[in-house]
Amino acid sequence: MTKADIIERVYEKVGGFSKKEAAEIVEAVFQVMKQSLASNEKIKISGFGNFVVRQKKERMGRNPQTGQPIVIAPRYVLNFKPSQVLKNALNTKSQP
Amino acid sequence: MTKSELIDAVASKTNVTKSRAELVVNCIFDSMTTALKNGEGVEIRGFGSFTVRQYKPYNGRNPRTGEPVHVASKRLPFFKVGKELKEMVNSIVTGTVDSEKT
Repeated sequence: MTKADIIERVYEKVGGFSKKEAAEIVEAVFQVMKQSLASNEKIKISGFGNFVVRQKKERMGRNPQTGQPIVIAPRYVLNFKPSQVLKNALNTKSQP
Repeated sequence: MTKSELIDAVASKTNVTKSRAELVVNCIFDSMTTALKNGEGVEIRGFGSFTVRQYKPYNGRNPRTGEPVHVASKRLPFFKVGKELKEMVNSIVTGTVDSEKT
């Protein structure tokens, strides 16, 4: 599933939007989420999961190819923690 | 930011009503959930991708009591952050991050 598929779904299921409008609003949703995460604010989507920005300390690593020790700089990374609801959805077979 | 704050922000950014924005946001996460449920991955360019990973059963322990427990095989969603978002998150220029270009 790609963004185009999601836009299609919004166009069909929500209704009342042109395809262009559906594309714009889906785009806006991800844009807002990205900007929120870029300012290191976490996002909590109940029933889906949380996106959390974590600060990583500087640490020593190795170039796996040469074995040479290198310093891994401190950085911010994004983690996704799936909600229990989503985890359950993936592990139950829905019998029609 | 919670889902309702996301809905508010989307509504004011796009000039649609909050109730319409809510339908859209719910539809997005519902369709992603359905795709994952069907074992299908989701890829959002510039944001990241979700895949389903299968985990084997293993014998674990309750960390509090030390009691052995059997953990059944399970499927879990895995999120891999996209390049653009990864860079946005790491550039700690709080606030004014502009990435309208794709």
